[in-house]
Amino acid sequence: MAENSMITLKIDGVQVSVLEGTTILKAAKDNGILIPTLCDLEGLTPYGGCRLCLVEVTGSPKLFPACTTPANSGMEVTTNSERLKSYRKMTIQLLMAERVHMCAVCVANDHCELQALANQLGVNHVVLERHFTREPIDSSHDFLVIDRNRCILCLRCVRVCDKIEGVHTLDLKNRSKDTEVIMDLDESWGNSCSCTGCRKCAKVCPVGAIYIEGEAITQTKHRDVAEFITARRNNR
Amino acid sequence: MDNYEDNSSNKLFERKIVINPVTRIEGHAQIDILLNQDSTVREARFKVTDFRGFEKFTEGRPYYEMPAITSRSCGICPVSHILASAKACDAIVGVTPPKTAVMLRRLIHMGQLVQSHALNFFHLSSPDLLFGFDSDPAKRNVFGLIENHPDFAVQGVKLRRFGQEIIEKVAGKRVHSSEWIQPGGVKWPLTRERADYLKAELPKALEIAKSTLSMFKQQMLNSFNDEVENFGNFPSYYMGLVNSDGNLEHYDGKLRIMNKDGNIVVECSDALKYQEYVGEAVEPYTFMKFPYFKKVGYPDGAYRVGPLARLNVASHCGTPLADEEMAEFKKLGRNGIVQSTFYYHYARLIETLFCIETAKKLLDDPEILSENVTSRAMVNNYEGIGIAEAPRGTLIHHYKVDAQGMIIWNDMIIATEHNNIAYNKAITQVAKRYIKAQQLQEGMLNRVEAVIRAFDPCLSCATHAVGQMALDIKLFDANGTLLDQQSR
Repeated sequence: MAENSMITLKIDGVQVSVLEGTTILKAAKDNGILIPTLCDLEGLTPYGGCRLCLVEVTGSPKLFPACTTPANSGMEVTTNSERLKSYRKMTIQLLMAERVHMCAVCVANDHCELQALANQLGVNHVVLERHFTREPIDSSHDFLVIDRNRCILCLRCVRVCDKIEGVHTLDLKNRSKDTEVIMDLDESWGNSCSCTGCRKCAKVCPVGAIYIEGEAITQTKHRDVAEFITARRNNR
Repeated sequence: MDNYEDNSSNKLFERKIVINPVTRIEGHAQIDILLNQDSTVREARFKVTDFRGFEKFTEGRPYYEMPAITSRSCGICPVSHILASAKACDAIVGVTPPKTAVMLRRLIHMGQLVQSHALNFFHLSSPDLLFGFDSDPAKRNVFGLIENHPDFAVQGVKLRRFGQEIIEKVAGKRVHSSEWIQPGGVKWPLTRERADYLKAELPKALEIAKSTLSMFKQQMLNSFNDEVENFGNFPSYYMGLVNSDGNLEHYDGKLRIMNKDGNIVVECSDALKYQEYVGEAVEPYTFMKFPYFKKVGYPDGAYRVGPLARLNVASHCGTPLADEEMAEFKKLGRNGIVQSTFYYHYARLIETLFCIETAKKLLDDPEILSENVTSRAMVNNYEGIGIAEAPRGTLIHHYKVDAQGMIIWNDMIIATEHNNIAYNKAITQVAKRYIKAQQLQEGMLNRVEAVIRAFDPCLSCATHAVGQMALDIKLFDANGTLLDQQSR
């Protein structure tokens, strides 16, 4: 990556200059244009899983995930067309239709990124058939709890555990709709020998899937923890 | 329902009148009035048509989610569910919440009782009492009230708002403030600004409660002698919580059951023992169970709960103004037991006064501002029971959990259920007195509904009760053919 060289591109008709190698998402954010996302988090390796940040690039019929696509010189990016809005609404509905998302009784109610995005994008009902699950809740850890029924598989927890805490307790098993976050080699959380109990997974979880028992959600959620630690490590 | 099928063994009745839905109550219900050959009333049945399934779908959820989930069963008295549920969770973790947490829980409950009682009296019941049971149904509702008695209606709104404000200031939200509660206490303390705000609002609410009570005594109490005599006026047992002095209690205390002569037949401080005294029977025509006093059996062990029952079982209120009123109230009955269901309205107003006085007492205690509001603990017991007095009566939450704290069994006995046998007795009595089946009149049927309203049942979280709702009354002959129909 050739650092320090600046490139110029257009986002939603606005000319912006960013460092080469910056993702479209970051370039937009740094210039005050917010593209919705659920899986991306500053400080973590981009993953491109939630597909909410898809953007249009002039000259290509494809849509690009803004979180993993680097900005190029001369690029013309549209972040908020009618087509993108309708796709984002459908993506939220797909997330809502899979597993159990009952805001009223969720620990993260009013502090949930999925709920906030649904409100922001005007998703007030789900037209798809819901696929409820009844996964047992793992509350075997002293204070960390995982309710996989609420998981949207953004993998923030897996990435923060690997990259920031450096223990890689969390990972995945199965595929497709059966994909699940697991601890070590699919142990119960209480039996995990690698978990340090650092709570970062609970802090970054965008929904109420991982939380701390007996703690108000406002105390738990510090979604900038990865950004903060990365900045400290880089002496910024 | 145009063709009537009777599930019971007795087929002697000839015709039936159906009131569906029953209006100006919280939730959905239907009343069937069964007639004899000679068109006299044989029996009336109160049917709850809702089915919710809370006890089943909460299985597998963590115990600490129960206050949030179960409070959704009702939008009028969510606080009572939150408290009964939190108390059951306290028992599961096996801790005593700090004194301030208990005070705050009590305070929010006082707010709940005030707003719920105000809703029943002003919005739902007062149209009958002010306009009369036979008045034009187009006016006999909350809109008619606003048009004809605007000051009275505003007082109702203000009193209810005060109750809601207590809940909001203490717990953050007016309805479903479950984020605030937690096993072992509450999540955040009360700030001085909020306490001061409530203290400043309190005298106005007290004034409304006092003036409403004196208005009720002057204008309403003596104008409905016939209704007093026939509105569910029968002997029964009474159940309610009392504190250690035997006084009126809504949050925590001993469960007391009294008989019709005012003798205490049960008094237990161990919540787990409620099962020894309360049994539940099932009838095929309704989704609501029939709790009964086990020592006597079903259906003779009918007991009543709620404001009337609470004042009956308690020796005193424990606050000066409410005590004066209670002494006057008790004179209406024998041995301090007031029997007519019509007096639920009276009892509700006395309780409102008591709640405002108690809220004042709590707010005046500096300890309510303490920041020590949570005892922390993990699952220590696998079973927990929480009993609280909801506006409508004794509310019981009973949970069993596994080692991780996941619910494996759950039983909720809702306040409204306790009165089920009494509802059926009461509407049968009213129907026998007022229904003349050859000439159906709206006012007759309204009385049957009104006796249910006096109990203030809460059948779900809905309050779509503004008098404009359809009331269908159907008259069937012995073959199930529709003979007559009236709609409003």
